[in-house]
Amino acid sequence: MSKIIFDNVHKKFNNIRVLNGVSLEIADREVHVILGRSGCGKSVLLKCLLGIMSLDRGDILVDDLSVKRKRKCKDYIRKFSILFQGNALFDSMTIRENVEFGLRQINYNKSECRIIAEEKLFAVGLEKRVFDLYPAEISGGMQKRAALARAIAIEPEVLLFDEPTSGLDPITSGIICHLLKDTVTNLRITCLAITHDLKVAEFLSDRSSILNDGTIIWTGKTEKMKHCGDEFVENFYHASHVILGAGI
Amino acid sequence: MVDVVEQNAFISTAVLLAILLIVSHVFAKISLFGRINNLITSLGTYALFVLQEIGRVTIFAAKGTKNCFVPPFYLSSIVNQVIIIGFYSLPIVGLTAVFAGMVLAMQMHVGFMRFNAEGSVASVVVISMTRELGPVFAGLMVAGRMSSSIAAELGSMRVSEQIDALVTLHVNPFKFLVAPRIIAGVLTLPLLVFVADVIGVLGGMIVSTTLLNFSVGSYIAQTIGSLELMDILSGLAKAAAFGFSIACFGCYHGFNSELGARGVGESATTAVVSSCICILALNYLLTAVFFGI
Repeated sequence: MSKIIFDNVHKKFNNIRVLNGVSLEIADREVHVILGRSGCGKSVLLKCLLGIMSLDRGDILVDDLSVKRKRKCKDYIRKFSILFQGNALFDSMTIRENVEFGLRQINYNKSECRIIAEEKLFAVGLEKRVFDLYPAEISGGMQKRAALARAIAIEPEVLLFDEPTSGLDPITSGIICHLLKDTVTNLRITCLAITHDLKVAEFLSDRSSILNDGTIIWTGKTEKMKHCGDEFVENFYHASHVILGAGI
Repeated sequence: MVDVVEQNAFISTAVLLAILLIVSHVFAKISLFGRINNLITSLGTYALFVLQEIGRVTIFAAKGTKNCFVPPFYLSSIVNQVIIIGFYSLPIVGLTAVFAGMVLAMQMHVGFMRFNAEGSVASVVVISMTRELGPVFAGLMVAGRMSSSIAAELGSMRVSEQIDALVTLHVNPFKFLVAPRIIAGVLTLPLLVFVADVIGVLGGMIVSTTLLNFSVGSYIAQTIGSLELMDILSGLAKAAAFGFSIACFGCYHGFNSELGARGVGESATTAVVSSCICILALNYLLTAVFFGI
């Protein structure tokens, strides 16, 4: 059970308001995608959810646990796992060690860590020959898979994706999208992704939201975005499809 | 008639020039005041910034120190840092010490010849090396080598979100990244300084016995005779403090690195500059404490 509530979240940096009253409710086991233009504050919202950035005003609740009590309640942060935009694999560790590292923090012994890590790495489609390589020695797609393995290995209740296909070619991007879809379907957990790529949102999500000027201006089924009545949302939809069409 | 017109023209031109002169003078004065005002504002802003930074570094260092004593301890990370900071710094510290000892012996010999006190070279070399040159040179060398390296490493971890990833994997970045470096710095710097002391004294002995006609036996005897335990201990205590400051400044600037390659570069530079200044300031402070000046 993991329901996420963003309640009037405000955040500013040097008097520049990035989040200006974000309110949103994400149901348990829902796959929700937040869309928005680059620099609109999507990543900031995700970092606020994780407690990496503090809120200026408002609150974020996950199963009634507040992000403000994160320090006192370790259960809060234990609910999450995230696939970072740049993968954030530890470059001083091998791929296997990256996955084992997360597991070791939740009191698995060495042999258990090894077994689970290999299992997860195989599950995301990585071959054994890359397990003992360092992140810099493998491709971007493989790094993304390894980061996903690390994220799912610790069995989170909420899985977060930050621009999951950025920096990948269209074919690898498609493969990763399918992998993410399969992963969230199999795990049956709440999932929140942020992206500016409408194609990813349409493929992954149950519902989407549009973040613009620091607030959520629309939430609904992704396929209904085209005729939602909001000018910005419809423009966003059409611009994405025009660019995608031009690309094809 | 023409004269009157010329006279009027001359007077009006003179008046105009005078007005222009006065106006420009007034503007120049305003501008000067403005400049002075700007200068004072800039100085005040900079002073406030420095004070804020000192506060932030102090809080960061306190947080890092606290995490050195609170489990879990990442032993492999500590050992790794001891090797990186300590073992890999040995060659550069050794080389610095040997040349410092050699130059010191030469200079002291030249200086003492003026007072017919050449016999005191060994004493001065050993006291200078153990009290001052060993710790300060080793500290500055390790600061140059390690402070930038730590800042760059942590800075790139910050940029590539690896530090955020640690948080999401339920790892306290202070325990995993900062505490091992502080522990390694505090443990290894005294060892490095001890080695530097020995090598520096050996350097001085090599010069004294080969170029300055000292006998090996008398040089060693004089070195041991003039050395007190406090000379060594004060140097080692200074080294521990220097190690602490090197690790703290490296970690602080890395942790607070601005995004991008430029930000990481700047944090590495700032880390070296601030840790070197801190070493020199701490050296003065600790000298005053240990030797009651």
